Parts: sequence; structure tokens; C-alpha cells
Amino acid sequence: MSSSAIAPAGLSAVSLSNVIKQFGRFAALRGVNADFEAGRFHVILGDNGAGKTTLLRALAGLAHPTRGTVSILGKPPHEVCHEIGYMAHPSLLYDEMSGMENLRYVARLYGISGDDRCRWVIGDVGLDPDLSRPVGQYSQGMRQRMSLARAILHDPKILLLDEPFSNVDVHSAREMVSLLKTMRDSGKTIFLVTHQAPLLDGVADEFVWMQAGQIINRTPHFDARTTPAKQP
Amino acid sequence: MSFWSITLATLAKDIRLEWRSKDALNAMLFFSLLVVVIFVFSFDPLAEESRHIVGGLVWVAFLFAAVVALNQTWARELRNQVLDGYRVSPAPATALFLAKVLGNFIFVSVLEALMAPLFVIFYNLHVLGPAWQLIPVALLGTWALVVNGTFFAAMSLRTRSRELMLPLLLFPVSIPAVLGMVAATTNILTGENSAHFYIVLLLTYDVVFTTACLGLFETVLQAE
Repeated sequence: MSSSAIAPAGLSAVSLSNVIKQFGRFAALRGVNADFEAGRFHVILGDNGAGKTTLLRALAGLAHPTRGTVSILGKPPHEVCHEIGYMAHPSLLYDEMSGMENLRYVARLYGISGDDRCRWVIGDVGLDPDLSRPVGQYSQGMRQRMSLARAILHDPKILLLDEPFSNVDVHSAREMVSLLKTMRDSGKTIFLVTHQAPLLDGVADEFVWMQAGQIINRTPHFDARTTPAKQP
Repeated sequence: MSFWSITLATLAKDIRLEWRSKDALNAMLFFSLLVVVIFVFSFDPLAEESRHIVGGLVWVAFLFAAVVALNQTWARELRNQVLDGYRVSPAPATALFLAKVLGNFIFVSVLEALMAPLFVIFYNLHVLGPAWQLIPVALLGTWALVVNGTFFAAMSLRTRSRELMLPLLLFPVSIPAVLGMVAATTNILTGENSAHFYIVLLLTYDVVFTTACLGLFETVLQAE
């Protein structure tokens, strides 16, 4: 199925027009055309190497398309970076500093003064803002939560989350899903790359299937039978 | 959001990280100590000879030691891809660069302050020229090393052998500055000639390269 043929009719928060991203001779994205509605929860699925992370990095402005254009809220990503929250596979945190120290520094980058907002988001992801341990000594699950706190710290309109549930126990993952649902309900547009799609069934608004650098399907519900690997 | 508040926040963060790990300072200190000891055993100069060669020895030791710190500066930004976190933020690239330069300047200056007395003792130095001029030479020379070093360390960040790439890029560009530092220091120590010309040369070098690095850093930071 062509991704351009299934573009939703609502207000578009993110628009990709013939986006090609090449690394040398390898094309990670091969002419992606898609529009994504604002205020919805989009889950990006696909096998390893399908181009999910590259797509997310292109939306964040970290990977510049070789050809084509990426538009976030009608502008190039770098012009609306204060409206984008990005959570990568690595934590984007300094291991030698505590969670609060990390967020305090990130807050300054976004022009947020004071500690109130930092304390609030750390509490929101279920961690203790007074924890003085350096992030390097956190468990993987705590690190993922702190990484999520970092991404939502500046209250962005667009959230880009790359495998937030990896190495997170089911209970913690469900708590994160609940938080994301609340954020979606408050009008955020969420893009989430995961291999644990069943967790998001009934919560996400759309499942976007990628294969070989292209969007091949977009469905409102998760159905393992529609995975690219099982298509004829 | 002000440019200086971001610069100061980044500088404070770098100092905090260095204070906790002491990676760069320890490496620089032991490296410089080794250089001093090796030179002392290699040469046994008279006080008069020392005044002619020590300018070169000092700056070569600091140049090599600075490379260690410069590599560390960016290496910690690669762990957990925290540099990507900066790239997606609205904070200006130049604020990051300036903070890194200031941080490296502080670290290398601390090293120089610790090592200078050792050079004086080991080489039995007595300054015959205007000793106060050593201060502007040290400040301008150190700035020349760290401003280019920080820039080229960022450039070589994504190369496979960045520890090797940094000296290959940095040393040729630093030749005019190193010549200025060595000549100025030697002139001050011997008191034979004025160091004024070399101080002005270092100042000019610093202004030109600081401006160029600030102008080009955005491109380096956003490179994939």
C-alpha cells in the first residue's frame, strides 16, 4: 500500500514528502511520503533495519534527508526544535550526574529556569527527584524513565520516542504507556518506535508499518497478522 | 534563553563532570610530569642554556598534554549520545563551543600553574626580561591551543581514529602560534629581545581563529 494514498484528512502535524535518506550506497529511507495528524499517537513498527530509527531521527532534525522534505508543524525540524521532544535508544544523559542534575542542565538549554518543572517531570515518570545517585548507577528501567523525563521536560507538542520500553519490566512499561496516553489526550502528537506493539493496542491511534525504508501500511489497531513478514 | 546562561550552564556541567572523574586533569598532569622528567634526564643544561631551550620544552609539553584533555572533552559527549540531545535543543551551537573552549582553557591553565614551578626548579630558571609578560604569553598561547584544539577535536569526533586525527589536524594549524609562544617565552627568559611582536602575533592569531571557529562550528556540530 502506498503511504501517500492513505494520508489522513485532519490537520497535519508532520509531513514527509518523498524523503530519501542514504548512508553511502545504502538507502535507509526510500521515498517516504506521509502525513500524520496532530494530537494522535502513532506507533511505528517494523523489523530491524526497516528504517524506523532513521525516520525518527529525520523528524528530530538529526538526520538530514538526502532528498525530499520533512515538515513539522509546517516548518523544517530545526525551526521548531523547541516543540520536539526526542528520546533516543541511548539515554542522552550524563552517567556521572544525578537525574536532577541532568534535567537541570537540559532545562537551561530550553530556557527553563528553576527546579520546579524538573522535579515535576521526574515525579511524573515515577522516579524520586531527590535521588542523588548518578544516572550511571540506575537500573535500565530507571534510565529509560529518566530519558523519557528528559524528552518531556520542555512540554513539547511533538514527542519522538525510540524504543522507550526496551529492557523495561511490564509493570513499568504499562505505567509509561499510561503517561503517554495522558499526554496524547492533552493534545501531544506522539511517534513511538517499538517492538512491543501489543502494549499499545487500544491506546495508540495508528500503527505504521515500515519495511525496507518505506511505509507499507497504516492500521488503526495492532494485528500481528498484518506484520510485513507475514504478508504474502 | 540567553546565550551566556547556556554557555555558563554548559561550562559548569563540564567542570562538574571533570571534578568527579578527573579524567583529563590526571592524564594531562602525569603526561606533563613525564615530559619534564624525561627532558631533565635527557639534557643537563646550564642555567644560560636552559633559558634558551625551556620555552620550547614548556610549550611542547603543554601542547601534547592539551591534546589529552581535548580528546576527553568531546568523548564524554559521545557516551549515551548526549551530543544528539544538544543538537535537538534550541540552544545555539556557538554556546556549546565557547563553553568547551572555556572549560579546556581552565583545565590547561590549571595544569600550567601546577607545572610551571617544576620547570623553574628543574631547569634552575631566572627570568632576565620583564617577567610579567609571561602572563599574557601564557594566556594567549593557551587560548590559541584550546580554541583550535576544541574545534578540531569536534571535527574528528566521528572519525574512527579520532585520537590520531586530532594531532594531525591541530599541529600544522598551530605552528604559527607555537612559534610565537616559544619565541616570546625565550625572549622574556633571556631578556635579549622584546617579546612585543610575538604577543601581538598571538593576539591576532587568537582573534582570527576564534572568529573562524565560532563561525564554522554550527556546520561541524550538525554534520552527520
